[in-house]
Amino acid sequence: MSSGWTTKALAVLAKDIRTELRTRYSLNALFMFAFTTLVVVSFSLGQLSLGVQVLSALYWIIIFFASMSALSGVFVKEEDAKTAQTLRLFARPSVIYAGKLIYNMLLLTILCVLLTPLYVVFMNVTVPDWPLFLVVTLLGIIGLSGATTIIGAIVAKANVRGALFAVLSFPVLLPLLVAAIGGTNAALVGAGWAGAENHVKLLVAYAVIMITSSTVLFDFVWNG
Amino acid sequence: MAGNERRRLARTYKAALVKGLAVALSLTVEKLSKSFGARKVIRDLSFTINAPGSLGITGRNGSGKTTLMKILSQLVPPTGGRVAIRDGDAEVASADCFNYLKMISPEMALYEMLTGYENLKFLSTLAGVRLDRAKQDELLERVGLIGRGDDLVAAYSSGMKQRLKYAVALLAKPAILLLDEPTSNLDDAGKAVVREIIVRQKSEGMLIIATNEAEDLKQVEHVIRLDN
Repeated sequence: MSSGWTTKALAVLAKDIRTELRTRYSLNALFMFAFTTLVVVSFSLGQLSLGVQVLSALYWIIIFFASMSALSGVFVKEEDAKTAQTLRLFARPSVIYAGKLIYNMLLLTILCVLLTPLYVVFMNVTVPDWPLFLVVTLLGIIGLSGATTIIGAIVAKANVRGALFAVLSFPVLLPLLVAAIGGTNAALVGAGWAGAENHVKLLVAYAVIMITSSTVLFDFVWNG
Repeated sequence: MAGNERRRLARTYKAALVKGLAVALSLTVEKLSKSFGARKVIRDLSFTINAPGSLGITGRNGSGKTTLMKILSQLVPPTGGRVAIRDGDAEVASADCFNYLKMISPEMALYEMLTGYENLKFLSTLAGVRLDRAKQDELLERVGLIGRGDDLVAAYSSGMKQRLKYAVALLAKPAILLLDEPTSNLDDAGKAVVREIIVRQKSEGMLIIATNEAEDLKQVEHVIRLDN
């Protein structure tokens, strides 16, 4: 992987960040969905307190649906604006994939940075093991970005996109969600690294498999 | 052919172009066909074009001109047959063809939410070309957009967007330049810019134009008429 390759991938990332800051298409969708869900759930529950397992699931449900509302946009807007053709003429598919993957990771990281404190406050959550909680969240972000980037590229080619992104993503993301919820649960109950070992291993394996296979398959999806 | 070897060949070709040396670059189309469902748009088309050289593709609306241009630029796969670019004795792998050719077409778009300068900078980085502000200004001046580089492309007229695409084509200095309907949306000054690019490209590299404009077809050495 040459420095030229890295420079080009970073150029794709910088271009996406610049256009996003001017349109706020994905950022608004992500934050509005996450924030309204959190507030609605919090107010609906009132004084009722939820179990740790439900709280862990709720955290990842919010992240999952928020990402469904925005992450396919990286490729959909390229196809809609007919700039995908320009990208195909100027860069290798692997460069495009890397730039878009990092962009989706960045979006999800920003979402989690803003969502997590609100989640802790609104849901009255105590986190006894912050390092484990953050590692599980970070691994979840990497896996979620890897899967949604390649699925976003597939969906962008479809004529009827609608709910296709969520429909295709759900079965692919199920193992990741199960592991992420399990890992977060371990962090919230203070089970320590030993209690979360299997979940963390699964999250690492998922991220490695998803990103490696997507890198190989992206050529066919992008040029197919 | 290994990746390093392919990159070396691409660099050799670009260096030779700069020095004005003749390098055996050719584009060959063999028994090419393209169907959309039961409708066959292109059938058994074969030709070879060598650099330096030029080719015009003409035909009535719906005859497959744009489809052929997309196949030549690897954007659309053919139903049958093949397109091969040869650089000297070696055939260029399809994954590396984008290093050799660029296409400008009405269907290709630039980034509306980036300025003219930002579009040039982004696409020059992808093309592996260093482009400082002075060079960007030089390009914009050549296509008649000097003074508009800081404006968002969304604020450009369709003719100005078309001119910016030619600035992009100039920055990439492709060995093979494909122009689909090159003078559409352009005023007389814009058409003059395109014709200047055509004259330069056909003497320095390879040029393929798809058009029904008689004036544009006069600029090329060979013409193919697509008639299904």
